[in-house]
Amino acid sequence: MTVDLHALYQEVVLDHNRQPRNFRAMQGGRKAEGFNRICGDRVTVHLRVEGDVIRDACFQGSGCAIVKASASLMTEHIRELTLADATALVERLRRTLSVPPGAPIDDLGALSALTGVRLFPIRIKCAVLPWEALLAALNARDEVVSTE
Amino acid sequence: MYLDNAATTHKPRVVIDRVARYYTEENASVHRGVHSLGERATDAYEGARERVARFLNAAETREVIFVRGATEAVNLVASTYGRTHVGPDDEIVVSEMEHHSNLVPWQILCDEKGARLRIIPITDAGELRMESYEQLLNDRTRIVAVAHVSNALGTVNPVAEVVRRAHARGIPVLVDGAQAVARMPVDVQELGCDFYAFSGHKLFGPTGIGVLYGRERLLDKMPPYQGGGGMITSVAFERTEYSALPLKFEAGTPHVAGALGLAAAIEYVTDLGLDRVRAHESALLDYGTGALSGVPGLRFTGTAANKAGILAFLLDGVHPHDIGTILDRAGVAIRVGHHCCQPLMARLRVPATARASLALYNTRDEIDTLAAALFEVREMFA
Repeated sequence: MTVDLHALYQEVVLDHNRQPRNFRAMQGGRKAEGFNRICGDRVTVHLRVEGDVIRDACFQGSGCAIVKASASLMTEHIRELTLADATALVERLRRTLSVPPGAPIDDLGALSALTGVRLFPIRIKCAVLPWEALLAALNARDEVVSTE
Repeated sequence: MYLDNAATTHKPRVVIDRVARYYTEENASVHRGVHSLGERATDAYEGARERVARFLNAAETREVIFVRGATEAVNLVASTYGRTHVGPDDEIVVSEMEHHSNLVPWQILCDEKGARLRIIPITDAGELRMESYEQLLNDRTRIVAVAHVSNALGTVNPVAEVVRRAHARGIPVLVDGAQAVARMPVDVQELGCDFYAFSGHKLFGPTGIGVLYGRERLLDKMPPYQGGGGMITSVAFERTEYSALPLKFEAGTPHVAGALGLAAAIEYVTDLGLDRVRAHESALLDYGTGALSGVPGLRFTGTAANKAGILAFLLDGVHPHDIGTILDRAGVAIRVGHHCCQPLMARLRVPATARASLALYNTRDEIDTLAAALFEVREMFA
């Protein structure tokens, strides 16, 4: 296995792929779907929002390890964030993942495991898919978004 | 190492040289003008057509139409034969394993005409259900369109039998031969089909060139496909006379270099012998089936009794795209995804599969490397 592959498929990513957290349905609440037609990757993000705080987040769907791990890490990470903070986080993640390999990037904490995709540009769309769905759900747009 | 030959094949030196020689020594438009360079180009182009006709064992050279590829060949038939023979409530029969290129042109036609697509179901092994096929044929069936070899499963369909049953009811048959021509000898008269489509680039030839074989009797009665130069004998504002076959279907300056490259590719595979190619691929397929069966959690999609050199598979708990990325870093190029067969993926209830597709230049060593890389994937995702 090459160094690149280990950066992409970090233990954290493999673990979340194997055992995705918050992989379940939710009745009511806000939701939106990310669907990449060419890949077939599909992830529905559900949020329970009280006031302007995300109290619960979960997802369903199917996709590659990167999509699943990204969605799983995301649902863990956004709980108890305000809508504004979550929106800012999506923007920060987008920006960080678009930094070319080798250049310095923000420390995303637990989400850093997702930054390995920078070495595999065609997989960036996988990492971002759940986050774009999140953004649509945050804006209460129950729609289908794509990152292809 | 390259195991994505169902997507496109690599080009032997003789093909590249032939294309280059046309541009350096023979470059001219064909069927136009009187200069000798144009004459040489025309002779070479028509010689390529003869080479294709012999390759397919077509009864007449004029039954060979040069097109951009298998996709255009199917579109040509759908929009000429289809347009004039299919009406409201008529039916077109395709199979569940068709590539989008042998499905979408028929859907477009059906939408336009108010006709219906009827689908031949497949078994879990990936074979056509012939008894269901028989039941689909009726007085409203206007054409049957099936793949010779499935790009996603490797199944070699019993096309001669498909044709026999359709012809018993007077229904013409189009065969999509895109995956067949590089893998086995094809004789259109023996198959009995009315149309046969293939692409040059999957047969070690250039991209942008392909062939539609059509039975003369049908081609003659079909309206032109595209209008333009080359496909006419006389044009006046009141009335235009069309060329005879095959030029009636070749409007515009054709892809001469492509046709010559394709003829060179055909020469290349026939020199090797397509029976030998088939034997090599078949031995490699058996070897690969054995080698990959040893990978824990691997399941083949497509286990037909009669199969060409295509190994499509799923790995428990590992998405095909992850397999593709890891194999790529191990230097192994395979295809992952829906293989332009979304209805088939729906039938298999999977979003995608991984596919290693073989060609005459692949070796057992390469299969070993593939299997070893799959063991590594397994280990990583364990």
